[in-house]
Amino acid sequence: MSTSDYDPACLPDLLPLYYRRLFPFSQYYRWLSYGGVTKNYFLNREFSFTLKDDIYVRYQSFSTQNELEKEMQKMNPYKIDIGAVYSHRPSQHNTVKSGTFQALEKELVFDIDMTDYDDVRSCCSAADICSKCWTLMTIAIRILDRALRDDFGFQHLLWVYSGRRGVHCWVCDEAARKLSVAARSAVAEYLSLVKGGEETVKKVVLSDPIHPFISQSLSVVERYFPQYALVGQDLLSSKESVDKVLSLLPEDILCHSLHDLLNLYQTEKNPLKRWDKLKAVVHHKRATSKKGGQYFEKEIMLQYCYPRLDVNVSKGVNHLLKSPFSVHPKTGRISVPIDLRNLDKFDPFEVPTISLICEELDKPRAGEEEEDDTKDKENETDPGERRKIRDYKRTSLAKYIKMFDQFLDAMARSRKGEMLKKSDLQKEF
Amino acid sequence: MQFTGRRRKLTVHPQNELYGHCLQLYGQPPLENISLSEFETFAVERLKLLKTVENLGVSFVKMSEQYSKKLHAEISGLNFPFRPEVVRECSTGPSEYEKRRKDHISHFILRLAYCQTEDLRRWFIQQEMDLFRHRFTDLLPKYKTEFLHRNNLKYDTVRLYWKRLMLISTFALVQVPFQDALDLVRTRKVFLQGGYAYIPHQDIVTIVLNDFRTRLSKALALTARSLPAVQSDERLQPLLNHLSHAYVGQDYSIQKNIGKVSLEQIDALSAKSFPLCMRQLHKALRDSHHLRHGGRMQYGLFLKGIGLTLEQALQFWRSEFIRGKVDADKFDKAYAYSIRHMFGKEGKRTDYTPYSCMKVILSNPPSQGDYHGCPFRHSDPELLKQKLQSYKLSPSGIIQILDLVKGMHYQLACQKYFELTHNIEDAGFSLNHPNQYFMESQKLLSGGKDIKKEVEMPQKVQENAAANGASVQPQPNTTQAEEEMGDLDSYFLDE
Repeated sequence: MSTSDYDPACLPDLLPLYYRRLFPFSQYYRWLSYGGVTKNYFLNREFSFTLKDDIYVRYQSFSTQNELEKEMQKMNPYKIDIGAVYSHRPSQHNTVKSGTFQALEKELVFDIDMTDYDDVRSCCSAADICSKCWTLMTIAIRILDRALRDDFGFQHLLWVYSGRRGVHCWVCDEAARKLSVAARSAVAEYLSLVKGGEETVKKVVLSDPIHPFISQSLSVVERYFPQYALVGQDLLSSKESVDKVLSLLPEDILCHSLHDLLNLYQTEKNPLKRWDKLKAVVHHKRATSKKGGQYFEKEIMLQYCYPRLDVNVSKGVNHLLKSPFSVHPKTGRISVPIDLRNLDKFDPFEVPTISLICEELDKPRAGEEEEDDTKDKENETDPGERRKIRDYKRTSLAKYIKMFDQFLDAMARSRKGEMLKKSDLQKEF
Repeated sequence: MQFTGRRRKLTVHPQNELYGHCLQLYGQPPLENISLSEFETFAVERLKLLKTVENLGVSFVKMSEQYSKKLHAEISGLNFPFRPEVVRECSTGPSEYEKRRKDHISHFILRLAYCQTEDLRRWFIQQEMDLFRHRFTDLLPKYKTEFLHRNNLKYDTVRLYWKRLMLISTFALVQVPFQDALDLVRTRKVFLQGGYAYIPHQDIVTIVLNDFRTRLSKALALTARSLPAVQSDERLQPLLNHLSHAYVGQDYSIQKNIGKVSLEQIDALSAKSFPLCMRQLHKALRDSHHLRHGGRMQYGLFLKGIGLTLEQALQFWRSEFIRGKVDADKFDKAYAYSIRHMFGKEGKRTDYTPYSCMKVILSNPPSQGDYHGCPFRHSDPELLKQKLQSYKLSPSGIIQILDLVKGMHYQLACQKYFELTHNIEDAGFSLNHPNQYFMESQKLLSGGKDIKKEVEMPQKVQENAAANGASVQPQPNTTQAEEEMGDLDSYFLDE
C-alpha cells in the first residue's frame, strides 16, 4: 500500500531518515551542476528551506554536494525550494554591493495547480483531487510538453508531481535557463488560452485564423473530452451543469435555441448524445446569429479542459519553486518525476509517501545480499557506500530515481554533442 | 539612390555613402566638426520631434492614419528626412543630404543628454523606437529591403508549410530565433517551430525594432560611461542638462514648498487641487485606511512632490494605517521602511521622483483592489461618469470628458477636469504631471502669481551661462549660445 498511513506528526522522525539514507544527493548535485560547464553554477544557486514551525529561510547556498548533504541532514527541512543562479553566493548576498546581486539564470518552470480549475470540475474542489479530475493534469502535460518541444525547440523537460494537487515542469535546456523575464512571460502567454477571473464567465474566445498551436491543443482536448468531461464530470447531466455550459454560448443563439435546448434536456439522457445534439442545435441557429459564435464548441471544450498556468510562476527568473524529491508535508508524498511514456497510467495516489519508503528501508529483499557483493567487487565500492547506494533501490523510490538518472544522462549526451560541434567548428582535434 | 542633382553648396561628398539611405541604425557616430549653434539647433529640433512622437503616442493609436499623418507633418516640418522617393529638387530649404546629416548628428547629441539615468534612457529608447517604426513602415518595400541589406540584417528566408497540409505562405518568410520576436510570440501572431519564429515579410519591422532597441540600449550604456569627459566641457554641460530636464519640463523632485503643506490641509486640498488620480487615492486611503504598493508609490511620491517632509509623510501614513488593521509596531517594521525609501533614505538611496502622467498611464495597470493608475485611462467609463457626477461637475462637462477619454486623450480629459473644477475656460498649460496639476491649481487659487519666475530650471541654466560667460574667454560662439539658451525655454513651454 502506497499511503502506508502517513501521519504528518511523524515527519520530524521520518525526515532525518529520508535525508540520511534516501534523498538522491548525487543525482541532485549532478543535475544542478549541469556538467560543470559554467563555473560556480551550483555555488551560486539559491535554495530555500521551510523548517519546523513554519520557519522559512532563504538565500541558502552550498559549495559542494557534501555541504548540501550535511546542511540538509542538520536542518531536516520540511520543504525545499529551488531558486535562481545568482551573480554571487546567495548566502553572502548581504555583503555584496547593493544592486550588484542579481539573479542570472534559472530553469523555465511551469506550475499547474488543480485549484485553478475549481470552476470547471464537479468532482472535487480546493486541495482535493481524484482520479477523475486528474485527467486535467494529463491533458495539461500532453499539450504543454508538445508545445515546449515542437514549437519552442526545448528538449530537456522534467515533469514532476507536486505532491498534492498539481504538476510542475522544469525546462532545463541551456537556452531556457538563459531566458529573460520578457521571454519567459512571452512563452507563458503564448501557452495561455484561458483568461479571466471570478467575474469572467466566458474565459476562452477564439477568432480566425486559428493558430496551429491552438489546433494542436484542441486535438488533444478532443481526445479526452467525451470520457473526461461528458461522462466523468457529468458536464451535461444536471440542469445546473447544462446551464453552466449554455452560459458560454452567445446571447442571441441562446435566446433562439432555448426551446430546443430545453427539449433536448428532457428527451435525451445519454450525455454523449446530448453533446452531439447540443452542437447540432447551435450549428443550426448559427446561420441566423450576427456574432458568429463559430467556434463555440471548441471554446467550451477548451474552457473545461485546457491547461491553466500561473504566468507569474514562469515569468520571474528569481521565482522559487518546490524542488523535485521534496516531501509534501500535508500528504507525505515525494515530488517524483512523471514518466511521460506511461502518462495515462500515472496515478497520484500510487506515488510513494515518506512513511512508506522509510518502512521499506527496513525490509530486506531476498537475494539482495549476494547480488550486491558481486557488484561491489566489480565497482570496488566499500560496504558502507554500497549500503547507501542500495538504500533507495530497495524502496518504491527506486524507479523514480532511475527516471531522473535517464533524464540526466540525456542532458549529458546533449552537452557532449554540443562540445563536439563546437570543437569541430574550431577545428580542434 | 536618388539625390537632388544641383546644390547650393559646392561640397563634394565622399560621405555620400554615409547617408545613402534616409533611414539608419545610428551605428557610427558622426566624425565631423560642427558649430555650437548647429549642435544646439539640431538637438532642440530632434527633441521637439521626439516630444511630438510621445504626445501623439498617448493621443492616438500608434501607426493609425491620424497618428501617421501628424507625425509625418512634424517630421517634414522640422526638416528631418522621410520618404526617399519624394526627394525633389528644392530651391529653398535644406537638401536631403543635409536632412539626413541632421538626423544622424541630432540623434547622437541626444544620446549624450539621455544616457544618464534609467528613466531618461527608457524614455529616449521608447520615442526613438516609435519614430523608427513609423519611418520604416512608411518605406516602400524596395527601400525596406535596401535598408536590410545595407545594415547586414540578413535573416534566413524560408518557405514553410503548416503541418497537416495547411499552407502558411507562398511568400518568403523570415526565420529568427523566437527570443527575437517576443511580441509576436506572446500574441501568437507567428508560427513557431523548433524554437524559431517564421515571420511574413511585412512583419519584419518587429524584428528590426527589436534589433534597434538592443543596439540603442547597449550604446546608451556605453555612452553613459564616457559622459564625464563630455560633461566637463563647459559649453556643453548646461545645454545637455537642460535637454534632459526638458522631457518632462520638470520632474518635481526639487520642492520649493517643502514643509509648506500641513497634514490638516490635505483633505481640503485633495478636493480642490489634486488631480483625479490623487483624489481617488486619497479617498481610498481615508476609507480603507490602507493602500496597496502601487497606490502607496504613486500617492506617496506625489505628496513628496507637493512638499511633504519625510517626518510629515511618516506621520500621515502611520496615523491612517493605524486606524485600519495595522498596528503601530507593524507599521514601523513594514511600511516605514518603504516611505523612507521613497525619500532616498534607504537602500539605493535614490531620491525617487513623482510619477509623470505618462508613467501613470502607461505602466503598472491596476488590478482588483488597486486604486492607482489614471482614472481616465483605467476606470470603467460608467464608474468614471458616476464619480464625476458625484463631484457635481456639469453634465455637459462630463460629456466632454468622456468624449476625450473615448478618443484616448487622457491627459486632455484631466485638463478638462481641471478647467471644470476651477471654473475656467482654458487651463493655460499642457498637463503632463500630477504635481504640475497641483502647482497650477494652487497658483490659480492664490491669485495667479507669475509662477514662471519661480521655476528652478531656467534659473539654473542662466546661472551656468553667466558663470560660463565670466570664466571662459568670450568667444563669438559662446555668446551666441548664451542668447539662444535663454530662448530654449520658449521651445518647451508651449506644447
